[in-house]
Amino acid sequence: MDISRREFIKLVAAQSAAATAGVLFPGISFGAWEKLDLSSGRIKWKKTPCRFCGTGCGLLVGVAGGRAVAVKGDPNCSVNKGLCCVKGYHSIQVLYGKDRVTEALVRKNDKLVEVPLKEALDLVAAKMKETIKDHGKDAVAIYGSGQWSIPDGYVASKLFKGCIGTNNVEANARLCMASAVTGFLTSFGLDEPMGCYDDIDHADVFITWGNNMAEMHPVLFSRMLANRKSKGHIKIIDFATRTTRSSQASDKSILFRPQTDLAVANAICYEIIHNKWVNWDFVNKHVSFHKGKTNIGYGIEDHFKFKDKAETVDFEQFKAFLKDYTPEKVEKISGVSAQDIKYLAALYGNPDKKVTSFWCMGPNQHTRGTWINNLIYNIHLLVGKISTPGNSPFSLTGQPSACGTVREVGTLTHKLPHGVVMKEKARQLAAKIWNVPVTNIDPKPTYHTVEMFRALDRGDIRLMWIQATNPMVTMPNLNRYRDGAQKEDRFVVVSEIYPTPTYDIADVVLPSALWIEREGFFGNSERRTQHNEQLTPTPGNTMCNSWQLIEVARRLGYEKQFPWGRETHIEDIWNEYIQFHDNPKHRMAPYKVLQARSGVQWPFVNGMETKWRFNPKYDPAAKGEGFDFYGKPDHRAWIWLRPYEPAAESPDSEYPFWLNTGRVLEHWHSGSMTRRIPILHRAVPSSYVEINADDAARLGIVNGSKVKISSRRGSVKMPASINGRGIPPKGMVFVPFFDEKHLINEVTLDAFCPISKQPDYKKCAVKVERG
Amino acid sequence: MPFFSYLAYPKPGAKQALLNDLTTLDHCEVMVAENEEILILVTDTADEKKEKELQKKLNKLKSLQSLGMTFGHTDEQTKDRQKE
Repeated sequence: MDISRREFIKLVAAQSAAATAGVLFPGISFGAWEKLDLSSGRIKWKKTPCRFCGTGCGLLVGVAGGRAVAVKGDPNCSVNKGLCCVKGYHSIQVLYGKDRVTEALVRKNDKLVEVPLKEALDLVAAKMKETIKDHGKDAVAIYGSGQWSIPDGYVASKLFKGCIGTNNVEANARLCMASAVTGFLTSFGLDEPMGCYDDIDHADVFITWGNNMAEMHPVLFSRMLANRKSKGHIKIIDFATRTTRSSQASDKSILFRPQTDLAVANAICYEIIHNKWVNWDFVNKHVSFHKGKTNIGYGIEDHFKFKDKAETVDFEQFKAFLKDYTPEKVEKISGVSAQDIKYLAALYGNPDKKVTSFWCMGPNQHTRGTWINNLIYNIHLLVGKISTPGNSPFSLTGQPSACGTVREVGTLTHKLPHGVVMKEKARQLAAKIWNVPVTNIDPKPTYHTVEMFRALDRGDIRLMWIQATNPMVTMPNLNRYRDGAQKEDRFVVVSEIYPTPTYDIADVVLPSALWIEREGFFGNSERRTQHNEQLTPTPGNTMCNSWQLIEVARRLGYEKQFPWGRETHIEDIWNEYIQFHDNPKHRMAPYKVLQARSGVQWPFVNGMETKWRFNPKYDPAAKGEGFDFYGKPDHRAWIWLRPYEPAAESPDSEYPFWLNTGRVLEHWHSGSMTRRIPILHRAVPSSYVEINADDAARLGIVNGSKVKISSRRGSVKMPASINGRGIPPKGMVFVPFFDEKHLINEVTLDAFCPISKQPDYKKCAVKVERG
Repeated sequence: MPFFSYLAYPKPGAKQALLNDLTTLDHCEVMVAENEEILILVTDTADEKKEKELQKKLNKLKSLQSLGMTFGHTDEQTKDRQKE
């Protein structure tokens, strides 16, 4: 680390003053050093959003000698107010793993060998041209990520949808957030939460639906706990299928049988009506009632198609529908006592309590994911607890930019940055901004993620470019999709930072710049856009994903559409992108504002952020008295009649256990980054299967012994964890999916919600044996 | 080259004004406390003449209540030590 004598003396001078201040004012904080010109100091502190999870914590990264050397929470960021979780505090170590991919690689004689980056980019462009010529434009695809920076997704969409003319654009957020999107769209007509994290500081009651926030959103959970500690009256209710750290920290833990959250949500509505807790003023003015199709299938077969059809009904029909969901009937389906159902209903129904519901993967990774999202909204709408501080049905995101890059940019097959490909007006706007003929943009969506990998297996897709995600760990029913990707005439391009199982199947590996090695933007769960500048140099020949796409686009002849200079392209892309959202419902902050602040919430109108949507007090797009659900043509929020339907695959005599999969605090998704951070890797070095102590005793399994978990699709062996941090009920096992040495997704089922097309990673049938 | 660091106390309610004033002066770097009415000032001037000019400017700041020196170093000190 180079430091001049002058810099050293100034650093000592500053430290001396800070030490004196610390003696005179115990607890004094000089957190906002990033605002100051410390260019001559040893460490420069710069703001950035955290690289992991969808919370969007603000970090201050200390940089010295061209290297990130320290992390602290950004006290100016309202998300985390200076606090970080264990992943955030150690996040910068992800830049410096020993096996970092820093050079391009091309498969030759079945081995990946280093080549000049130019040669690799030339090959990718040539293969794309050849594939389109031989098999058509829909034979090439890009599969991106909620960890894409916003410009990456934007450039990918512009290249594939606008220039090449294929809607083969998908991202891994399909696996984690698609049901949230369709839930929002069907209930409100617009995506993303109406509330914000400030709800945590206003709510009296928190009800978490299948959501282990203590591990998955630890900073937000800490804010809930801090409020409970300081105010005393606050209650946290954990409603889940297994006991977790969140259950242990909550005031009450209620367990339900997998999939039966649908029935319980309806029973809560039944109780609210039965006890006359309906907020009639709100319902009469702001709600309409609708029903859709039922027995809608599970998408297990190739080419599965489903289109829902809404039918308007009235309150009396809704009330009649709920007769099948009395607490006593639902107790038998769900295993939740009628008393606990009534308790939950009473919390929602109490007019003196502000209630915030949180959920994430539990309701989203669900074969009726759209429905359970609708049903939670139903509860809040019946009692009018929405769009005001502390009253919030709040769908949390899992990834740092699932909202920013996938949902807002629209990197899904049916989406454009504004609107959907099926709508002519949306295509016209995109064609104008993208400077392409409108006929380039295909009005027909192609493949959602699961079907895209099926198409690769079938040969309908021949070339797939994968950026910032690791599908050869994360796809359900993995054996099929790995075999498909490795077929003789498939060509897979992988933009990566470390070797992974997806890297292993690549024909070309492009070395990617990571997070603070390039400039970019993320968008978090609460509609907050966060900018980061490039803080450290790119190692070797790594290149940011946006620029990789631009290099290939130019080789394909699209120089006119991608004219930007390398130094300024991120700002130029942002300025082009925000033209799509130039309206009071979704206006984004200008580049300069994002540069200066630790995140800005959209809609950003007349210099003001919007904390609560659909409420004219806070939302400039909302008109009239009370509320304005302007996403729907009737300006009302929609209550849906959605029944309980069973899971795609339930335990039976041959496969008698439920398999539930998920994450742990220390590891991020497939572990390709966090397993290279020594302290996180040592904390949880390998995956394991949580099993109930009674089941373990019956099967002769002890803590740490090898267990074989098998389904109709595959099997995996791993050590048992009994009474560990998570405790499944009898008849269920839980496996974290971060460990590429124990690929649990070889066992899971690729069934999905027919509306959102999001797979259900939480429910399939397995057998469990001593390994 | 003289180097000094100080705890800078603003006049009541003038923390932001003092921050603004100090950041516009040459040879000054400022760190502001998040939770106290105090700033850290580090000065780095080329020679004694420049240092005196800076002191005059600091003394004229209306937002400044007082400065408490916490560190001082000049090249003369280094030379003296080298002689010893």
